[in-house]
Amino acid sequence: MQGAMLELQGLTRRFGATAAVDGVSLAVPAGQMLGIIGRSGAGKSTLLRLVNRLLEPSAGRILAAGRDVTALRGRALRDWRRDCAMVFQQFNLVQRLDVLTNVLLGRLAHQHGLRRALVLLAGSFGAGERAMALAALERFGLLEVALQRAETLSGGQQQRVALCRALLQQPRIILADEPIASLDPANARTVMDALRQVNREDGLTVLVNLHHLDTAREYCDRILAMQAGRVVFDGPPAALTAERIAAIYGIPEADFAAEAEAAAARAAVA
Amino acid sequence: MLLACLLAAAWVSEVRPATLAEGLPRVGEYFWKILPTLRWDTLLAGSEAEGSLASWFYRLDSWAWLLFETANMAALATLLGAGAALLLAFPAARNLGAGTLAYQLSRRGLEAMRTVPEIVFALILVWAFGVGPLAGILAIALHTAGALGKLFAEAIENAPRPAWDGARAAGGSWPQACRFAVLPQVAPNLLSYALLRFEINLRSASVIGFVGGGGIGQELYTVIAQNYYEEISAIVVLILIAVAGIDLLSERLRHRVIGAMGSA
Repeated sequence: MQGAMLELQGLTRRFGATAAVDGVSLAVPAGQMLGIIGRSGAGKSTLLRLVNRLLEPSAGRILAAGRDVTALRGRALRDWRRDCAMVFQQFNLVQRLDVLTNVLLGRLAHQHGLRRALVLLAGSFGAGERAMALAALERFGLLEVALQRAETLSGGQQQRVALCRALLQQPRIILADEPIASLDPANARTVMDALRQVNREDGLTVLVNLHHLDTAREYCDRILAMQAGRVVFDGPPAALTAERIAAIYGIPEADFAAEAEAAAARAAVA
Repeated sequence: MLLACLLAAAWVSEVRPATLAEGLPRVGEYFWKILPTLRWDTLLAGSEAEGSLASWFYRLDSWAWLLFETANMAALATLLGAGAALLLAFPAARNLGAGTLAYQLSRRGLEAMRTVPEIVFALILVWAFGVGPLAGILAIALHTAGALGKLFAEAIENAPRPAWDGARAAGGSWPQACRFAVLPQVAPNLLSYALLRFEINLRSASVIGFVGGGGIGQELYTVIAQNYYEEISAIVVLILIAVAGIDLLSERLRHRVIGAMGSA
């Protein structure tokens, strides 16, 4: 399928003898909001890290708008990472830095040559970039905390800061790895709303790992279910009925949600 | 068992009870000799008067200048050493994946700088740069880089990992991630280590002059060699006061820095 925003062909990642991601093939058209569900250890997280190239695939290819990005190195790799921004379960902010600077880290891959060296040495970003960062923070209601340290913010606020950082990369794709697993329901809703907002308003393609089927059904255009590294369901939310879940995972939907939640809580503590 | 080991160690290192008993009184004798002869009636009199404080410290002006030079040597050496340590600590941190070659080079380099004592560096550098503070500063800086580099690298290895992944996933390069994701998290720690090292370096700078490295040590060596007993004690007292004073100051500074950076 030529022209897909993101295409995976037989993508595989083995850790020793076990395949965490096993021959995943997938085409994501531009502007889609794709939810990926699965039990803990199904390979959802590994899949997103492979796409961003934080992990190297054992086999298979990753194509972005027809361009092979599987083996990029150096500057080309950094440019690809800039184009597919990651949002993590643990937010991955620099806790001791203020919110504004954290957001500005999204600009790192946009700087080149002398300016890159100057920013590196002085640690201060340009006025244009700061204005961009402030605009992003204002959009998500974070302007008043811009000069606070990241560690003083609540989880929901930190995740929205992380989303601002992702937006400053001016990416085409957002890869969100369990973005709401460490958040309470109210904060989870604001973060999912924010993701939907950038999907609809900015036209960004969003891949989001989720453990709540209800959330996936509510927010996503398309749902991918994974089991033991393989794709076991790929279709519209309406097709993913409770019967399908029971058939795929061998447990009723309520048990599935409870189990995923427990796993996420363990991950948050770790 | 422990006692046997102790005795064996003493025998190998030629610690004989007889020599010890014979030599100990002489230590006391030396201290007795270098004690100044002060007299109560002329204690606060001018430097011409026999037994006054002023005559004990009759060269205070030049000694004070040498002490000031010594403190500057320590400060400069700490700054140079900490700068080099900072640059080498990132590739030497095990978890940042700087590449095997850079990792091994920086690790082994820091080890070499740390293992060679300052005095040995100073001997070599005095031969190269001549007698004077420059050789002393460089010698202390080299050792400081090695010692601080290891501490810095360990602090970096303990820095929270998620921030690093965040910066790398955003397309940040290796130096950018070091600068923005690691440095802010470890900076208070590194600063505290560097200040502690400054206190240590002040003591090193006081003795590096023995081998021609400049500072008050050179003067101390001269008066010891020429058996100017009263001047020895005067200089030692001055060094003690200076080191204690700077220790106190640096400790306060260190706590203030940690406090300010920890709560801001």
